[in-house]
Amino acid sequence: MLLKYLAKIQYMIIAGALLVASPIRADWFALNMTRGITDISNEVFELHMLIFWICVAIGVVVFAVMFYSMYAHTKKKNPVAATFHENTKVEIAWTIVPFLILIAMAIPASKTLVKIYDDEAGDVNIQVTGYQWKWQYNYLEDDISFFANLSTDLDEIYNLVPKGENYLQEVDEMVLIPVGKKVRFLITANDVIHSWWMPDFAIKQDAIPGFVNTAWTKVDVPGIYRGKCTELCGKNHGFMPIVVKAVEQDEYDQWVSEKKDVAMKLAELTTKEWSTQELVERGEDVYALNCVACHQTNGQGIQGIFPGLVGSEIALNDKERHIEILMEGVQGAAMNSFSYLSEVELAAVITYTRQAWGNAENGDGEIVIPKDIVDYKQPKI
Amino acid sequence: MSAVIENHHDDHHHGPAKGLTRWLYTTNHKDIGTLYLWFSFAMFLIGGAMAMVIRAELFQPGMQIVEPEFYNQMITLHGLIMIFGGVMPAFVGLANWLVPMMIGAPDMALPRMNNLSFWILPFAFFILLSSLFMEGGAPNFGWTFYAPLSTTYAPPSVTFFIFSVHIMGASSIMGAINVVVTIMNMRAPGVGLMKMPLFVWSWLITAYLLIAVMPVLAGAVTMMLMDIHFGTSFFNAAGGGDPVLFQHIFWFFGHPEVYIMILPAFGIVSHIIETFSRKQLFGYSSMVWAMLSIAILSFVVWAHHMFTVGLPLAAELFFMWATMLIAVPTGVKVFNWIATMFRGSITFETPMLFACAFVVLFTMGGFSGLMLAITPADFQYHDTYFVVAHFHYVLVPGAIFSIMAAVYYWIPKWCGNMYDERLGKLHFWLSFIGVNVTFFPQHFIGLAGMPRRYPDYALQFADWNMVSTVGAFLFGVSQILFLFIVVKTVMGGKKATDQVWEGARGLEWTVASPAPYHTFTTPPKID
Repeated sequence: MLLKYLAKIQYMIIAGALLVASPIRADWFALNMTRGITDISNEVFELHMLIFWICVAIGVVVFAVMFYSMYAHTKKKNPVAATFHENTKVEIAWTIVPFLILIAMAIPASKTLVKIYDDEAGDVNIQVTGYQWKWQYNYLEDDISFFANLSTDLDEIYNLVPKGENYLQEVDEMVLIPVGKKVRFLITANDVIHSWWMPDFAIKQDAIPGFVNTAWTKVDVPGIYRGKCTELCGKNHGFMPIVVKAVEQDEYDQWVSEKKDVAMKLAELTTKEWSTQELVERGEDVYALNCVACHQTNGQGIQGIFPGLVGSEIALNDKERHIEILMEGVQGAAMNSFSYLSEVELAAVITYTRQAWGNAENGDGEIVIPKDIVDYKQPKI
Repeated sequence: MSAVIENHHDDHHHGPAKGLTRWLYTTNHKDIGTLYLWFSFAMFLIGGAMAMVIRAELFQPGMQIVEPEFYNQMITLHGLIMIFGGVMPAFVGLANWLVPMMIGAPDMALPRMNNLSFWILPFAFFILLSSLFMEGGAPNFGWTFYAPLSTTYAPPSVTFFIFSVHIMGASSIMGAINVVVTIMNMRAPGVGLMKMPLFVWSWLITAYLLIAVMPVLAGAVTMMLMDIHFGTSFFNAAGGGDPVLFQHIFWFFGHPEVYIMILPAFGIVSHIIETFSRKQLFGYSSMVWAMLSIAILSFVVWAHHMFTVGLPLAAELFFMWATMLIAVPTGVKVFNWIATMFRGSITFETPMLFACAFVVLFTMGGFSGLMLAITPADFQYHDTYFVVAHFHYVLVPGAIFSIMAAVYYWIPKWCGNMYDERLGKLHFWLSFIGVNVTFFPQHFIGLAGMPRRYPDYALQFADWNMVSTVGAFLFGVSQILFLFIVVKTVMGGKKATDQVWEGARGLEWTVASPAPYHTFTTPPKID
């Protein structure tokens, strides 16, 4: 009871402080865990505050005795020390009392944990896949799939232009979820371990290659919620944020049908006649989203870690192997399979890397069209 | 007649050899202790310089002084160097100097192995640091080197990292065996197990932990080596392996490792508080039992580092409860220290200041540890700066403060001179303020949502990151003062008495200051 009261006072102090603080420099008051917006995240917050105040109470008592002793039992004030050096009753007491306090903590903690582990299918099921360094979202019921990349400009990161409000917390495509529905995330990874953290939902679940972890939420308040990757996953670990937008059911349904239309149109493109120029233009965008992190904008890679593409024998003269590398990845190296991209995207990006940086002039300059990828995917006899 | 011959014999052999070979070939526990301590201090400065790079980059949002790729190398090497190069060798150095003198033994039981276990260490760290200049850069996967980031996706220098970890492990295992054999076989008559000074007890337990878990670490890195070079798939999901297995193995080593870095500190602090309170340590036997319980529990809590990997509910509950249990023996230790001070006759020389700061700040690290044990709350804390604040509170004002306290406390015995008390206190206050200004705000940053191992961050974390960086540079610079104080004391200063401290208890205070090259060649008499 007392603890709840203390938690309330503490909350009021922080809230009051937030009111007087100017909106721009409010970060001095970003001192505590977010309460979040789901039942679970609120429960977790309460649990956090409960344990926090128990620790504060223990700390006050223990340190009070210590500081009193440091003040009152100095050599000046107490020239001759007492001689006691054991007391079995006291020792038993300060073993049992902490144990009881721990049980008092463990009970609510275990209850909340059991609730979090309610692992049934949701109304909406989204597969979340971590990549170096972006997230892919597959809506399992609706066959929608897209990547979410950091949309903060490099110039902001390198201090060339002022940083925007959502610096490093913005993506090119938000994950939409409907409010009031149970949404279940099936979390995995394609390369190294990532971790999908959405503080407002109190969800943090590692994305591990070869495993599918689950987490669920039910959001009642429409809004935009921002999270981050929380497992070191390589050089751009700090640059793969998560943005979830919770919307009303109508808006969600409309979004789903729009996404389906886009997917249809993309599929139609596979059979279209492509010119080199069209493929290169499209490929440059695909390259910028998927390849620059390692192979760099100038195609030079990073020496010793990521091979350059400029003047590479494969990019110059070996079209078959080029397709194979993108489809299968390179065993034992950081290069993964990119077979999850569409046929058009794959053809475009391969063509782009065979044409750019003078590769067309120095090699055979052959282009790859979507049909080549379709053919590659046919079962081989 | 025979007495004369013996004296002559003694004169001939008892002084140290001259020149560099003294340090290369030495089998003397005091020399080797000194080597370990200087080595760990050098590593402390190198690892500290890396911390300065990290904090400088985090001073403001945006990338300013290093690239993310290099930033990751810095966090990795900072962790590895501070743990394996800074804290662990410092404690081994203290064990070398103190364990034989505390139990009335003439030297360590296995002096040649002692020499070997030290002299392979510089090579291990030379190899590790040289990876900075290799193509692809140094290891960049964090000191916890989770697969597959550290295998399939690692820079080529990972092989050198693996070799270096093997050497460090071999050194630790040899050091630990030496400590166990010395304590078990070379106690002076009358020094029963339950009469051993607590530092000796803490090291006996630590040594068993080392022997138990260093081979596990060696196993983990060998499996990595196989995955990288010999086509196995221990941790490679595509080949049927299991990336989570790596974490289980790593933390089965890693959690006892945490206690390897704190148990000797418990021993040191117990001695210092007892001495400067001028009162016998409260609850000696419960202190021993508390350390034993902590050591045993440390083997059944490893998965609390892995609450978010998707363990089944039963495992999450078990590891939460087991972890919370550790608070009980840890609490007992803190209560005993305070009960020792209670109604004592206390003075605050530098070692005591560090010891008091240890008790308060380590306990705060314990509180955040207890919060982290609460699994549902850990889903929010895990891999944020809250964790960084937690383990730095137990490692910097915990382990490292205890090492500094030990240096101030025993250096008069080691070199026969008193350190400069005024400078010592200045060093303490600068370090104390520096440590808190650095790490306390990291609790806020972490709770507000900043993940660890981020080279750049969103704007709401800017203010406290700036404060933290200012504190870090204050703490870093203060350690130059520490170096100065130690060198000044070694060079000269007020002569120390044999007893050194009014309230000090233990055999090491019965020998001359500075301690002769050989002590207790005949066992002392114990009442």
